[in-house]
Amino acid sequence: MSQINALVDKGKEVLGWVDERFPLSSLYKEHLAEYYAPKNFNFWYFFGSLALLVLVNQIVTGIFLVMHYKPDASMNGAGIPVAFASVEYIMRDVPGGSFIRYLHSTGASAFFIVVYLHMFRGLLYGSYRKPRELVWLFGMGIFLCLMGEAFFGYLLPWGQMSGWGAQVIVNLFSAVPVIGPDLSVFIRGDFVVSDATLNRFFAFHVIAIPLVLLGLVSAHLIALHEVGSNNPDGVEIKKKKDARGIPIDGIPFHPYYTVKDIFGVSIFLIIFAAVVFFAPEGGGYFLEFNNFVPYDPMKTPPHIAPVWYFTPFYSMLRATTSDFLPALWALVVVVAGLSFVSCKNVWVRRLCALVAVGTYWGFFGLTVFGKTPALFDFDLLGVHFGKGLDAKFWGVAMMGGSVLLFAFLPWLDQSPVKSIRYKGGLYKTILSLFVVSFILLGILGTKAPGYAFFGVIPGEPVAAVCTLIYLCFFAFMPWYSRLDKTKPEPERVTWK
Amino acid sequence: MSNDKQDVPGGASFSCSCADTNRRQLLAATAVVGGAVGVGTAVPFVASFLPSERAKAAGAPVEVDISRLQPGEMMTVEWRGKPVWIVRRNKEMLESLKKSETMLADPGSSRSDQPSYIKGMARAIKDEYFVCVGICTHLGCSPTAKFVPGAESGIGDDWPGGFLCPCHGSRFDLSGRVFKSMPAPDNLVIPPHTYLSDTRLIIGEDTKGA
Repeated sequence: MSQINALVDKGKEVLGWVDERFPLSSLYKEHLAEYYAPKNFNFWYFFGSLALLVLVNQIVTGIFLVMHYKPDASMNGAGIPVAFASVEYIMRDVPGGSFIRYLHSTGASAFFIVVYLHMFRGLLYGSYRKPRELVWLFGMGIFLCLMGEAFFGYLLPWGQMSGWGAQVIVNLFSAVPVIGPDLSVFIRGDFVVSDATLNRFFAFHVIAIPLVLLGLVSAHLIALHEVGSNNPDGVEIKKKKDARGIPIDGIPFHPYYTVKDIFGVSIFLIIFAAVVFFAPEGGGYFLEFNNFVPYDPMKTPPHIAPVWYFTPFYSMLRATTSDFLPALWALVVVVAGLSFVSCKNVWVRRLCALVAVGTYWGFFGLTVFGKTPALFDFDLLGVHFGKGLDAKFWGVAMMGGSVLLFAFLPWLDQSPVKSIRYKGGLYKTILSLFVVSFILLGILGTKAPGYAFFGVIPGEPVAAVCTLIYLCFFAFMPWYSRLDKTKPEPERVTWK
Repeated sequence: MSNDKQDVPGGASFSCSCADTNRRQLLAATAVVGGAVGVGTAVPFVASFLPSERAKAAGAPVEVDISRLQPGEMMTVEWRGKPVWIVRRNKEMLESLKKSETMLADPGSSRSDQPSYIKGMARAIKDEYFVCVGICTHLGCSPTAKFVPGAESGIGDDWPGGFLCPCHGSRFDLSGRVFKSMPAPDNLVIPPHTYLSDTRLIIGEDTKGA
């Protein structure tokens, strides 16, 4: 017994030695043992820790893949691009290689599933609301980094989808007025997607973006632990504290939520492993079949679509044609008009008028809704003043803007309550429409243009309507969140 | 947590009475110079993103033998890393160009990229041989040949024959002219080219000036 006590004393001594030099114990207390999280977390609160788990999976499997992968677009002796051949080498010849690669490729899709659910949790319970605006914005930064990682990483196997996907996305930037064409050359480092492009995308994928990502994840967690977690009731547990200053409805993260999260991790890993072992290609959605063919810059495959997690935004890009612009302008005018009426500030009012007029010119130039020839035209640096900007540019702006709209949620939501539990039917209806539209856009984005649901309902008008619903969810939120008939929030969290 | 603040000696009063203005000016000056050097250092890093000298030097003209190309057939050659199509159009194909005229966004190719010696609806030096860069002017996919006209093509009863881009569905006629309200804004690009003989064509070089 005395021996054990001696050992315990020795341990305390070592810990004391460390604590005098590094805040080990206080970090442990601050972030785990004495981080008080609301006691009413439910199923939706698994996805934050799962995202962290998938991030670790991506980093570890990525390191091992880099040991065998070669970012080289030149042809090997057999006439196959070296990069493509090195991925096949990993799949066929490296011991354990196919397992590691499938963990990485399935992990990419799992990452987006987990992050979309994590973001939806935020929508349900108003987790972006004051005082968690920065938690949400750091999260948006993480989401953008993830999209970058996915895009840059997808070029590396140098298959048909890699090459043509990169070609399309980089060409999106050429739609930017004036600097566009030079910008796309600048991104590629060549006039076509080539070895230079592959090498720089590799650098971004394996080092530049992961570093930023890790920084943002740290900032996301530090900000979260500063303000404390939200919960399914959307009420602040810090308002009610006991004599020791601990929230009455809070429980220490460790051991309570570490144990709960381990349970969540187990369920997740069962599903994840099942996919990795039995359906690593995810039916062509996780690894697209055309990507098992080496990139041929002479021939686009007959059907190309981005990987599933980009398709909702890609659908909105496709929906933004010149026929769609009048509807889009009508939406801009209604939102600008509403802002004009509801805001007394003269500068805001001027801005609203400017936005309505500016977008009209941008969409249609000096024509009547693009239906008539321009009054007159002059061309400055490739911008035609009579015709406005290309629908192609607005498609790109739509794709980027539709992602960034999420960042404004903390300020758009004016509801007196945070959680869906106390919001009214109006908000619930609009949120449901938003989710349905997002999923429909996602499905349409995987299909070829001209696709019809069940062969009868044409996809293009559906995509246009869904795009409008998606935009309206954000654009009218300041008004409908006020109109919504909410229920009173409870004083303390509800918990069974 | 972060609530335990300490009283720092100095604080607001530190700045006024005992400040050494000479040292402060020196600090400010060195900070400005240091910042300028920092920005200057960024230039080569940003410049390294531009196409290298080797990439710029690539893109020599390509010689093509078209003697084996049969009427109604198409061949693809690589020029500057891009596909260049040579289509030998038969009579019906050339006829179809008139039919498509009313359905096009820019039938006269007034705002499209083509050498000055390319004119008219055939957009070719010799009407029979159509040469163009097979890259869609929307987002750079390579369109697919859909030469069979009419309903059989699966595109529509009034399809005159031409090219369909698999990525976003832009349609072009057999002179690479884009149809109305398509994602692609312009007609397909015609590269500078010239005939060395009846059966030999050089792409990327012309004698008449682009």
